[in-house]
This record gives sequence, C-alpha cells and structure tokens, in this order.
Amino acid sequence: MSYAKSTFRHPALQPNALGYSKRDYEGGLSTLCAGCGHDSVGAAIVQACFEANIEPHKVAKISGIGCSSKTPAYFLGKSHGFNSVHGRMPSVATGANMANRDMIYLGVSGDGDSASIGFGQFAHVNRRNLNMLYMVENNGCYGLTKGQDSATTDVGSASKKGVANPFTAIDLCATALEMGATFVARSFSGDKEQLVPLIKAALRHPGFAFIDVLSPCVTFNNTATSTKSYDYVREHAAATGAIDVIPMKEEITTDYQPGHNHEVTLHDGSVVHLYKGDVELDVTSRDSAQAAIRRHQSEGSVLTGLLYMDPQSRDFHQMVNSIKGPLRDLGESALCPGQTALDAINASFR
Amino acid sequence: MTAIAAVNDLVIRFANVNGTGSASANGLFAKACFRMGLPVSPKNVFPSNIQGLPTWYEVRVSEQGYLGRREGIDFIVCMNGQSLAQDIASVRPGGYVLYDNSKPLDLRLERADVNFIGIPLAAICRDEYPDLRRRQLMKNVIYIGALAALLDIEFEVLKDLIGDQFRGKDKLIAPNIHALELGYRYAHEHFSCPLALRLERRDLVGDKIMLEGNAALGIGSVYAGATVVGWYPITPSTSVVDAFEKYASRLRIDPGSGEKKFAIAQAEDELSAMGIVIGASWNGARAFTATSGPGVSLMSEFLGLAYFAEVPVVLFNIQRAGPSTGMPTRTQQSDIISCAYASHGDTKQVLLFPEDPRECFDMAADSFDLAERLQTPVIVMSDLDLGMNEFLCEPMVWDDERQYDRGKVFNQQQLEEMSEKFGRYKDIDGDGIPYRTYPGTHPDKGAFFTRGTSRDPYAAYTELSEVYIDNMERLLHKWETAKGFVPEPELYQETNASKHGLLFFGTSTASCLEARDQLAADGIAVDCLRVRAFPFNQTVEQFIEEHEQVFVVEQNRDGQLRKLLVGECDINPKKLVSVALYDGMPITARQVVDHVTAKTRGAVVTPLHKQPA
Ligand SMILES: Cc1ncc(C[n+]2csc(CCOP(=O)(O)OP(=O)(O)O)c2C)c(N)n1
Ligand code: SF4
Ligand SMILES: [Mg+2]
Repeated sequence: MSYAKSTFRHPALQPNALGYSKRDYEGGLSTLCAGCGHDSVGAAIVQACFEANIEPHKVAKISGIGCSSKTPAYFLGKSHGFNSVHGRMPSVATGANMANRDMIYLGVSGDGDSASIGFGQFAHVNRRNLNMLYMVENNGCYGLTKGQDSATTDVGSASKKGVANPFTAIDLCATALEMGATFVARSFSGDKEQLVPLIKAALRHPGFAFIDVLSPCVTFNNTATSTKSYDYVREHAAATGAIDVIPMKEEITTDYQPGHNHEVTLHDGSVVHLYKGDVELDVTSRDSAQAAIRRHQSEGSVLTGLLYMDPQSRDFHQMVNSIKGPLRDLGESALCPGQTALDAINASFR
Repeated sequence: MTAIAAVNDLVIRFANVNGTGSASANGLFAKACFRMGLPVSPKNVFPSNIQGLPTWYEVRVSEQGYLGRREGIDFIVCMNGQSLAQDIASVRPGGYVLYDNSKPLDLRLERADVNFIGIPLAAICRDEYPDLRRRQLMKNVIYIGALAALLDIEFEVLKDLIGDQFRGKDKLIAPNIHALELGYRYAHEHFSCPLALRLERRDLVGDKIMLEGNAALGIGSVYAGATVVGWYPITPSTSVVDAFEKYASRLRIDPGSGEKKFAIAQAEDELSAMGIVIGASWNGARAFTATSGPGVSLMSEFLGLAYFAEVPVVLFNIQRAGPSTGMPTRTQQSDIISCAYASHGDTKQVLLFPEDPRECFDMAADSFDLAERLQTPVIVMSDLDLGMNEFLCEPMVWDDERQYDRGKVFNQQQLEEMSEKFGRYKDIDGDGIPYRTYPGTHPDKGAFFTRGTSRDPYAAYTELSEVYIDNMERLLHKWETAKGFVPEPELYQETNASKHGLLFFGTSTASCLEARDQLAADGIAVDCLRVRAFPFNQTVEQFIEEHEQVFVVEQNRDGQLRKLLVGECDINPKKLVSVALYDGMPITARQVVDHVTAKTRGAVVTPLHKQPA
C-alpha cells in the first residue's frame, strides 16, 4: 500500500474549461509499492487529461496483466476500464475502438506485457494505426511475478537478484517506429514536466500514439546495477527537447528562439511545438528518429521526449472506410436488410 | 453384365485434380438435379492443398429425400489419372465409369463387372481449343454435357444455369453452351442414351434453397446486426467471414458517403481475433469471429475471461478432424468438450448445434441475442461438412418485426434516474444475470472496471472467499436461466414409443433419420431426439429417462457428447451407448444402422466402411 489519498482540496483549486476539478480525473487507491514509478505515471495521466479538458467518461482505459496493467484502476475513476489478459490489451483495444471510434482509448501495459507475451499484438496494433494512446510503464522487469528480467532489460543490467542479463534488449520505441506507429515518444516517470505534455499531445494525435515510459520498480529493479533505476535514468537521459501543445483556438503567445523550434501542425489545426535540445533529430522522419535512438544507445544514454510524429496519419477506420460515428449506435433499421432483401438472397440459391 | 437401373436414386462421384476448375462444372451438375425438382446433396472431398492433388465431388440424388451421404458409388467420372485405379475400383458392380479414352485405358484397370463409357475429352478439346487453360476448363463442361445425355438431364436446365453463372460476362455463355453440346452430342452418337440409371423431373424441392452453412452464418450475422469482426484464416471457417463481407458490402453501405456500416479486422492470430470480439462487445457492438479447432485452442484463455467477466461473445466453430492439425479438410464433431468447458477454472460455455444452413442462419441470428441476453460466449458448433458443402434446406426467413435482444443494459437515462449505487455484478432480477453499461454512457454513473480477477457485486477486486463463492454460484444460477433461453431439442415422434432412443445433433441428423427408417424396416423401432444446445434442458434428460437404451451418434472417437450428457444430466450412464463415427467423412445411414443393429441384436459389429478417400 503506498499512500492514503487525502480528500482535502484547496478551495482555490481551479476547475478546467469543462468545469471538472482535478479530482474528477482521479481513481481508486493505489495498491502498488510506495515509490513505484507506475504511480507517478498515473498521476501524469490525471494531470494531462485535466489540462487537456477531456471528459473523463469519454475515455476507455484498457490494460493487460502486471503491476502496470493494474494502474488504470488508480486514475480516471469515471471512465470504464478493462483489465484484460496478459499481453492482449491491443486486441481488446482494437475491438473497442472498432465499436465506437468517438471515444478516447488509453491503453496501459508493461514491458513484460508488451515486449514478451504480447509482442505480436503490440506489433500489429502499430500496423493498424489504431487511434489510441498506448503507454508502456517500462521497469525492465516483471514486477508482479517478483522481478524476473524482461525483454527490455538491457544487456549487463542486473536486478535485485544480482545476475547480469545476457540477452539482447528490445527497444519498444524502435519497434513502434518500425511497425508503423504515427506518434512515438519516450519519457520517464520521474519527469512530469516532460511526460504531461507528451501525453497531451499523444491524446490529440489521430492515430496510434506510443509512449514508452521508463518507470522504475523500487522493489525489484532499482539497484545500482540496473539501467532502469531512478538514479541511472536521471543520469543518463538525454531529452529531444520540451514540447508544448497549443490547441487551435488559442493564440500562440510564447516567443520561440529561432532555430530551436520545430512546429508540427495537427489535423485539427492544433500545433505541437518542440523546443529542441542539443539533439540532431527531425521528428517528422522515421529514419531520423531511428538513427537518434541508436546513436544515443551507442553513447550509453537514453533518448527521451518526442521522437516521431506523422501529422498526415490515417487511422484504422479511415483505412477500412467505416462509417463516421459509433458502429455500436446503429440499430435494426441501419443494420438489418429485412425479408425483401432476404427473398432475393434466397432466390439466388435456387 | 448387369447395369444398375434406377430412376432418381444414385450416387455419382467426380474425380478431379485440385485447381483445374472442375468445381464450378460439378456444381452445375448438382444444381441441375435441384432444378429438376430432385432432392440432392453434394459433398466435396478435398485435400489440404491448392493445386495438383486429387479431389472428389460426390452427389447423391434421392427421390425419397434422404440427404445424408450414402455408400456405394453408382457412377464415377474419372478425370484424374493419379487416382484412376482407386476410382475405378470404388464403383459398385453394375456401375458406370466415364473416362477419357483419348488414350487407351490401361488393361490392368479394366473390370468386367462395371460399364465403361469412354469419351475422348482431351481429343475433342485439342480440336476445339488452341488455348491450354481453355482446354482444361472446357473439358469439365463437356463431360457435364455428356452426363446430360447419359442420365437424361434436361438440357434447357443446364443452359439456364450457364446463363445464370455467366450473367454479366455474357460472351462466355455461348462457348460454354457449345461445350455442353459437344459432350451431349458425342454421348448420344456413341451410346444408347439415357442409361438405365437416370434422372427424371419431379416436384420435390418446393421453394427450398441450396447453399453452404458458412454462407448462411455470414448472412445471419448481417441480419443480426453484427458490426465488428475479428478473424484469422483457417479452413473450414474462412468462408463465414467471406460471406459476411460479401453481403455486408452489398447491404450495409451508407448510400451518401459509400462508407461501411461494419468493420472487419483480419487479426494476427486467433487470440487477437477473440480479443477484438471481446473489446467490441464490451463496448456495445455486436461482434463475432469464426474459427476451427486450432483457433478455439488459442482462444481458450480469452473465452474464460469472457465467461467470468460476463462479456458477450459470438464464436462460430466450424469443426474439422483433430487432434492438432489432424485432417484439416475432413469433417468431425470433435470439439464438444473443448468448447463446452473452454478455458481453465470452472467454466461452462453455451453451445448451439445447427443441422443445416437454414438453422445456421437462425442460430447465427439467435446467438447474438443469446450472448447479449446471457452476457456470455455463445459458440455455434458447425462443421466442415455443413460449412463447406451445399445443403438443400428451407429458405431463410426473417421476421421484419423482430427486435434485437440487446440484454440488460442501463442507458444514460436509467443511470440518471438511479438513486442507488450501480452494481455491475448485482443480481437485481434474481435470474443470475446482472446489468451492464456501455463505456461513455454517463458522466458520473455506471463506470466500472472489467476484470478477470474475482470481484464483488460492484466490480471491486476481492479475494474474500464468501464473495468469490457468491459470484460463482450466481454464474451457476445464470447457467440454469440459460436453459430456458437456448433452443429446445427436436423430437421426431409425438410420444416416445420404443425402448430404444437415437440421440444425435448437427450434421448427423439426415443420416440418423434415414437410419431410423431403415431400422424400422428391419423391425427395430427407435425414437429420435436431436440436441440443439448446451446446456441441455429437461426434455433431453426425460428422453433418456424414457428409454432403456439410447444410442448417442456423434462424429468423434471419444463420445464427447455422451460424456457431456453423463456429466451434466441426472441419468444412468449405462443407458447411453456411444455410436462414434469419426473417419472424417460425412456419416451414412448404413453406418448408424450397422452399429445399432449390432448392439440391439448382439450381432457382430461391422467395421467402419472403408472410404476411397
Ligand atoms: C498467460 C499468463 N502467463 C503468466 C502470467 C503471470 N504474470 C502476471 S504479470 C506478469 C509479468 C508482468 O510484467 P510487466 O508487464 O512488465 O508488468 P510489471 O508488473 O512489471 O508492471 C506475468 C508473467 C499471467 N498472468 N498470464
Ligand atoms: S513490484 Fe515493482 S512494479 Fe510492482 S508495484 Fe512494486 S515497485 Fe511497482
Ligand atoms: Mg515490467
């Protein structure tokens, strides 16, 4: 049990543009270990949804199995949630999205859930460019089954058990880029400044948005020999830069330093601003993103921040040309062709 | 030499090479019999291969209306050198062998007790068609023309069928009719036509139709309002989704935008296909998938989730011969146990057993109502025979007044007016079925967390034993409720009169009913019952109660339905005698008769008839 949630709220706490207070975005009491990175990710999701003025009940939270996959119970309590089976969140999210394209789909998974048992489903949901935000709370281990190495554990990294991992690590951002994700980012549960705007931008993205969040497991993998510990990530993170999402209706007031600002205009006219760090990266190029990830890997650092986005993204429904609006709302009159059509069908079988 | 003489009672087999275009010509033959008003049942016997291996197409015509397969080939059309010896050997004494005598027949293959009909098909084609592919295709049409003369098929019927088949490609009509004429003329000039074995017009099919069960499942799903499909290709289930897509693309397009009122995802595997169905159903759409045994095995974990979390699922299982990859293009009913108890832990799944395409249509439509009413998976247990062969059956009927039963779902207004707390798994009505809400319905009320872990009536996680037990018992109560919703079994007699019962389901039906008639002629009366669903209801138990001995006919080795009856009904297991017919071919009345006779008269058991394929 991590902490008792205080019900006290400062009277001056401002509601957002929809009139929701931040509490409306919170969920049940967390049962994760105190200090678990996953709880900070949940807090960032609450903050981002609040700031982005999202109606909580218009979000569907879907997860697999693991400590990470439990977290949807701890945020957005007014949203429906689905804690499915291990590694299969992508397919459940696909079906849910097919049924109703007008909701926001938030998938939460772990590195075991996505990079091992569910690696196939992870690859394929990228290919479909399903309109959803897919977050992996990546601690480089299997938290819930007591700390075994996962497929994202770096070579040489050792958890509490003290044995260095000999196997190649899967980089989920590189995989997502390869498989067709149209928004790819990496962040750190300890860096809310970076993570919150990334979530906000990803929620707006009309296609498959993937965020790999390094999220330390304090109980099994926060050792001095681990590359997914708080200290290691803090020391070795190199950011692509901070981002800011400006909805279309808002005036751009900030001054940007020339040469250090990259603008990406979204389909709805909103603009994502990237204030570039000292990183060679064109966020609209997959190749550039792959190269940047690899370059940092070879230098022993972890590249975080927005890595890639495709503003021309066409999502699954556009690709299969399904009707605007939720399929689930169609009734008999729209769906059932009736006996007259059936007479003709019968006749064709005579 | 004798020659089989019969009118409207024959079994003809076409021996072809896979991928040579014979299927449509052979289909023409079956359809011509149908249009002459004759009960007909065609069966494909095909390999798991795309090109080059032997395939057979067997057609039975029965004036008495028996639609099951029958042993004994009266007439064979030999179009495959590879299987020629086997094919000639397979004909009954007095039967007929149509072969290509462009080259002389190997003397070793000659039989004195059958009638050889040589037609120089290759030579005719060589003279007529310079193009090689054309030769190949037209050869098939020419032998159909010859059969028309030999068996007395009305030529006009064939011409009409060619017209229907090539509607829209009109310039192909004349050459095809010409090919029919080539065969027809040759046969007339060289043989005395018709043979003693022949066909004659009758008025025995009324307004019946002839289609594959898989097509009917697809059409039924369109009518039932399915909008989301997740699937992964596997024989023999693929054509279910093909049919859904074909008819939905015709009947479910928004006229203004051209957009589809459905969405299909070909998934990466069956796990994903089932996940898609569960996600969509959870989110309020009607969704289905279709698969066969190997797919069911992969879907098993998800089926347990859907059972326990109470999410509707519609699954069409087109069974094929297992275990493992088994005989992937042969038929069986061998997934009964694996589907009835699909997934770990205490699970029970609702099963429906259609007998023909008309019932495939009905059960497809009903399965969505049942799945949503009961908030649980419903598995429609078809098989390769039913799925991929054309069956003669009653036309499909839809009541335009019919409303979809979407089950117990609270809408926005009901939630708004609700003063108490919403409890997703609360048994409000006492029937074990709780109320659900779709995501996004109401800003503050009705949200819950769906999970495969145990939970209390308010969907909150719990490991408290009493709460867990309460929930498990409620699920059992729901199962009892389900007995009142699933289709009743079919009885074929007003009152049970014999001490012997014959119990069967699905595609065993036609042969079992024919067996009943044969047994009656032999002096053994049997009462018949066709199981249509699991859970079994009272009628099934009572039927077993009222008989001394009940033969349970099924197409698997282990008597899976029998086991299910023993396990789920309060009956004496000794009464149930397993008649297991599982060689992968559609079963015959003779096989059933032999088993029943042996067991009722203590006679020697005749082994399963060896089939040529
Ligand atoms: C089919 C199946 N196999 C194994 C498990 C056991 N299991 C539960 S969680 C888990 C690993 C979770 O790791 P990860 O996704 O990284 O989540 P974390 O706990 O680290 O957040 C495993 C193997 C399971 N639930 N289901
Ligand atoms: S075991 Fe690790 S991942 Fe799981 S809750 Fe504890 S700290 Fe978090
Ligand atoms: Mg993990």
